[in-house]
Amino acid sequence: MRKATWLAPTLYILFLMLPIYWLVIMSFKTTNEILSVFTLWPQDFTLENYEKIFTDSTWYNGYFNSLAYVLMNTVIAVTAALPAAYAFSRYRFLGDKHLFFWLLTNRMAPPAVFALPFFQLYSAVNLFDTHIAVALAHTLFNIPLAVWILEGFMSGVPKELDETAYVDGYPFWRFFLRIFMPTIAAGIGVAAFFCFMFSWVELLLAKTLTSVAAKPIAATMTRTASTSGYELGLLAAAGTLTIIPGAFVIYFVRNYIAKGFALGRV
Amino acid sequence: MTLELRNVIKRAGAETHIYETSLKLREDGFNILLGTTLSGKTSLMQLMAGLERPADGEIWFDGKNVTKVPVQKRNVSMVHQQFINYPNFSVFENIASPLRVARLPRAEIKARVGQVAELLRLSPMLDRRPSELSGGQQQRTALARALVKDADVVLLDEPLANLDYKLREELRDELPKLFRDRGCTVVYATSEPTEALLLGGHTATLNEGRITQFGETAKVYRQPMDLISAAVFSDPPINSAAVTKQGDRFVLNDRVSWRAGESQRTLSDGSYVVAIRPHHITPVDHGANAVRIDGKVLVTELSGSESVVHFEVDGRTWISQSHGIHAFHVGDQASFYIDTGRCMYFGQDNERLAA
Repeated sequence: MRKATWLAPTLYILFLMLPIYWLVIMSFKTTNEILSVFTLWPQDFTLENYEKIFTDSTWYNGYFNSLAYVLMNTVIAVTAALPAAYAFSRYRFLGDKHLFFWLLTNRMAPPAVFALPFFQLYSAVNLFDTHIAVALAHTLFNIPLAVWILEGFMSGVPKELDETAYVDGYPFWRFFLRIFMPTIAAGIGVAAFFCFMFSWVELLLAKTLTSVAAKPIAATMTRTASTSGYELGLLAAAGTLTIIPGAFVIYFVRNYIAKGFALGRV
Repeated sequence: MTLELRNVIKRAGAETHIYETSLKLREDGFNILLGTTLSGKTSLMQLMAGLERPADGEIWFDGKNVTKVPVQKRNVSMVHQQFINYPNFSVFENIASPLRVARLPRAEIKARVGQVAELLRLSPMLDRRPSELSGGQQQRTALARALVKDADVVLLDEPLANLDYKLREELRDELPKLFRDRGCTVVYATSEPTEALLLGGHTATLNEGRITQFGETAKVYRQPMDLISAAVFSDPPINSAAVTKQGDRFVLNDRVSWRAGESQRTLSDGSYVVAIRPHHITPVDHGANAVRIDGKVLVTELSGSESVVHFEVDGRTWISQSHGIHAFHVGDQASFYIDTGRCMYFGQDNERLAA
């Protein structure tokens, strides 16, 4: 029995990595090779796919657009969620528990429900096809999530810390910015990470609310049909590049996320 | 620097945390708030600090009504039971924080922090983070922050409760010295009667949101005004039972009765409540005032130097506390001796009658 302990994790990692491996090697193949033969390693190793993405503005602008609204969204969501989460964690007010739960129910509706009203609304106020439009649309899902996560971390900080700071003479905002936020830095990191990921991955709203100027990379990827058919190698390269920011961010918050799980809030 | 509560009431929603309370704190020595968990010690301190507003009543400080003055402007300092420090600040910054907020000159901050750190033996740790310190050092840091401010009122909310035994004794010795001659009012909350007696000063006994008695610690202990104050100030729990006075004797039951002492002679015949501290009931017959009471042993707790025995008489549990090891077998019948010279008598309304 003991000898087999390596087996389960190995299989797990194997199955986990297989699609990613496939995506990455595909990105180094030509579309012809992908379509014609089954190879575990590119026969004809090429960087052409990447070259195309980094040189063609319709491609690389997709990344810039995505990053732009994702970052805006993360900043807005976390900034708005911080005071809200503090209120939920420290004060008792009429209907606080209901409101807290109601916030979460926003997450239960599929984004598609909001696609049409958002499209109408943003067109009416001339926000259509702007980064901020997508960023704002995503806050509908991300603020509740960030409030939920941050509230967990804040409630883990004893109320006596606040009291000590007030007794020491700190006005509320100074305490909040200088002492409280650094104390829950891990929670802010985790909340920002989840906002980032949701916004980065979400396609429907981003696609609906943009046309050219703010078109996200995922939307670009779905429009790669050309005269010669689908350019699979190019798509694989774009897909690989899309994974990188997420992997990058998760690397930095990996320890905090474990803490978030322990709090039962992630 | 006198702190005075005038008819203060504290409510939270439908619950009342502090019933109408008036208290004038002393400047000499500690003011000890003694009571069990949820008796209102922390609520009272929050009112004194200004962290909470009373629902009614006023708080006066040095002849000024400070009821509506926010905590930041009151010049108080506070130490909690949990070790509360700013985790992202070094020990130095932690201690310096009240001075920095007050925008004192850098050199003065450095001098004062250095002085207090020396006093609390924190000098070698000034550059560390609180999380790198032991529990005792963390609480010293919190104490240092309370000291450095030269506050008019220092509130210590069970500061030693989370420390281990050795550290607790050590700090308990240091505390009164630290605050002596500082001209500040010190309030110390504790749930341990022994701690109150060791710290001296004045004690207010608290029970369910009410101050039952306030006075010199030793006096409150020896002459409780009512049964509740006596019970709050007793560990293990005080023994109390109904007795009837018949002529010059107090009758507990048909087997146990004793002659009333000098000061109880004048009491009229009738029903009273007797309270006897556990250490006045011992397994050893100690002479003149001793009266025997027999009971069935329920529990025995033996520590190195003393024995605590719970025994049952007519369905009521009694507790005896005595020096030395007295081994009893659970379930056995055993004899104990009440020191009737130390009994306290209370009327049916629980008010103390005579010593």
